[in-house]
Amino acid sequence: MRLEKRAERSDAMALASPFLALVLTVITAAIIFLIHGDNPFHALYVYFIEPLTALWSVEQLLVKAAPLVLIGAGLAVAYRANVWNIGAEGQLTLGAILAGMIPVMFPGWQSPLTLIMMMLMGILGGMIWGAIPATLRNRFNANEILTSLMLVYVAQLLLDWLVRGPWRDPQGFNFPKSITFTDWQLLPYLTSGIHLGVVIALLAALALGFVMARTVKGFEITVAGLSPRAARFSGFSEKRTILFCMMLSGGLAGLAGAIEISSVVGQLQPQISPGYGFAAIIVAFLGRLNPVGVIFAGLLLALSYIGGEAVQTALQIPDKITRVIQGVLLFYVLACDTLILYRITSGKSA
Amino acid sequence: MTKTETPLLEARNIVKVFGALRANDDVTLTIMPGEIHAFLGENGAGKSTLVKMIYGALQPTSGQFRWKGREIITANPSVARHLGIGMVFQHFSLFDALTVAENIALAMPGPYDLAALSARIIKVSTSYGLPISPTSVVGDLSVGERQRIEIIRCLLQEPQLLIMDEPTSVLTPQEADQLFVVLKRLAREGCSVLYISHRLDEVKGLCDAATILRHGKVVARVNPKTETAASLARLMVGSDIHAVRPTSSATSGQSRLVLADLSLAADGPFATTLKNISLTVAAGEVVAIAGVAGNGQGEFFDAVSGERPVGKDMLWLNGVAMGRASISTRRAAGAAFVPEERLGHGAVPTMPLSQNMILSRHAVDESLVKSGLLQKNGARDAAERVIKTHDVRKGKPDPEARALSGGNLQKFVVGRELDRTPSVLVINQPTWGVDAGAAAAIRQALLDLARAGSAVLVISQDLDEIFEIADRIAVISRGELSPAKPALDLSREQIGLLMAGAHEKKTGAHSHAA
Repeated sequence: MRLEKRAERSDAMALASPFLALVLTVITAAIIFLIHGDNPFHALYVYFIEPLTALWSVEQLLVKAAPLVLIGAGLAVAYRANVWNIGAEGQLTLGAILAGMIPVMFPGWQSPLTLIMMMLMGILGGMIWGAIPATLRNRFNANEILTSLMLVYVAQLLLDWLVRGPWRDPQGFNFPKSITFTDWQLLPYLTSGIHLGVVIALLAALALGFVMARTVKGFEITVAGLSPRAARFSGFSEKRTILFCMMLSGGLAGLAGAIEISSVVGQLQPQISPGYGFAAIIVAFLGRLNPVGVIFAGLLLALSYIGGEAVQTALQIPDKITRVIQGVLLFYVLACDTLILYRITSGKSA
Repeated sequence: MTKTETPLLEARNIVKVFGALRANDDVTLTIMPGEIHAFLGENGAGKSTLVKMIYGALQPTSGQFRWKGREIITANPSVARHLGIGMVFQHFSLFDALTVAENIALAMPGPYDLAALSARIIKVSTSYGLPISPTSVVGDLSVGERQRIEIIRCLLQEPQLLIMDEPTSVLTPQEADQLFVVLKRLAREGCSVLYISHRLDEVKGLCDAATILRHGKVVARVNPKTETAASLARLMVGSDIHAVRPTSSATSGQSRLVLADLSLAADGPFATTLKNISLTVAAGEVVAIAGVAGNGQGEFFDAVSGERPVGKDMLWLNGVAMGRASISTRRAAGAAFVPEERLGHGAVPTMPLSQNMILSRHAVDESLVKSGLLQKNGARDAAERVIKTHDVRKGKPDPEARALSGGNLQKFVVGRELDRTPSVLVINQPTWGVDAGAAAAIRQALLDLARAGSAVLVISQDLDEIFEIADRIAVISRGELSPAKPALDLSREQIGLLMAGAHEKKTGAHSHAA
């Protein structure tokens, strides 16, 4: 068996690849459950199906999908331009820090503007954290994969220091946490479980989908990724594209950070995200680097988080299973994407 | 050298066919031991094809190679190296981050012993006058020094035949002189050299014999010492006198594109520095720039198109200084550009033609882009228009650019610019790799555009094409441009000499501008 290059890119495979990857992931998950000593069918049911059968867990799903979709849509755009932002988790963290600064510094300021200001500060924080790797690449040709990833740890340690030091809640029994946010420092809820962040994420993904499909900016990004030389001929600056993509994806990750601390988390603490910034990389690829596809991929990845919690409580399987499933999924998506450009043939290699 | 001696290498009746192209057509080449043999020809004459077959990177369609009288089959480069054939490529294969010794160790058979190898490198490099430190990091070295590494790498394997592919194209005159000393010494010691070049003065000074190739066929075997540079040039570019069409009377138009002392530093080790290029292209005329590939045509195109900005006063479009302007601004001022590379530069291979319409016109065409929004219908209509006007043959409606044949895609890319009726058109290698029918159509379209009052600047390697369409001709060589002269006053021989560098200023500070 060997791989043979296709004459043309297979559009059918481009669509089928994520589904094929999903099937392979489920099979792999079943094998893992079996090795762990569980009935694989029951475990699969608990992981992938049961969370969809109750209203509260579906709401949970949407709430967890919101940051994934928001970040994933931005990353999808950046990856389209061959700008490899791996540091969304850090951009999320810095966004949360800047957004959290408002309630921490001005605890008494309560007005709708407070919330808007928090969101804007979140975007600003993510943009700054994204602009740094972009500038390093444009100025010194430093690889943005490395610099953006390293900045994740800088941001996380900064947050850690803040909540243990200057921003610690004086009435917090020495726990490493800021004050708890209240009223206009929190996002309004639409139902008992769904907050406004879900709507923001959906609108942002749709808006980016429109930008990519119908505007010159989207055209510029697509051309930059497909053929940098043609982009220059077209009059698009490579450096401007890199900066734009890093600041866009960074800004959206920062907004996700602001949404998280003003909803689910409700304060600043050392850990504000279960790795949404990294999981969103999978979301972007699973969504075919298309902001609209990212919406569906985000829901699937959210399910992997909730299913992980479910099998932990129901079957005592360690919650590290979530990371394993996510990693396996990304592995299979990338592997199956090979089939878009290659086909498997039998026979000896020439 | 006596006639009874066995040749070191013989290529007998070599034929190599790529599709419809006979790259080598019955080529016979004989290299004697200790001989520096020149292999001359224009670009695309088939020199590289033959050399690749000698080195084992390609296999001949028919014919045979003989090494010291015995038939050989060089199935791959390692067989060739084993026989004693070393090759220094025009573009080096070195790792910037490794040291000289480490780079050489990668190519050496046998156990890895850096200390012993370093000692050998020092011995060989000092004995041949090619000074280089084994511990230097390649990234810090000049192009000339990098070439030394490649040569030493070959010498360490004690070759009997050294193939040099255009070795001086990346060297300063001083570095070239040093190289010639080394090559002559190698030849004295019995190592033959196959020297590929188009620089006739070098060949005359250095080589004992020359085989000249044109369109895949051997046209002459001569002793370069007894030839003149002019006679070699004539053999290389063909002696048939071209029937020059009378120039039109419409060449007294106003200046549309003016280059004034345009200079641009090289942006990489293999790039060419542009030096004080001055040229005026007036409305109604076609000016052609001839030259062998790799003499700065790409850099020149980038500077004129604005992909790489130059000094503000170095370039004027329709009377406005635009040296610093972006390509979009230059387009808005009426200019249009067609680069040499169709796929990946002039068009995005995986985008449909309608979207490739937008590529060069998003900033200047309201029917394609309105207030930041793509007008997909407008783009499709425009693509249809170009396809119809220029007879672009395609499989399905709105195919991806890469699905078109070279000729049809070139007609599309040229047609896309002509569709705007630009006042200035700059086109690099308009018919490169294009079939005869499409080539004729493109040339006619360029002439029509000029006759309608636009200024057309053509960069081409094809002398037939240049004589067919140009009113005036200039020649580019190592980044310098000869003054443009009326095509009627120039012979092929004169152009051949200019292509070989006759007009270059022989000043000390050559190509390596900081």
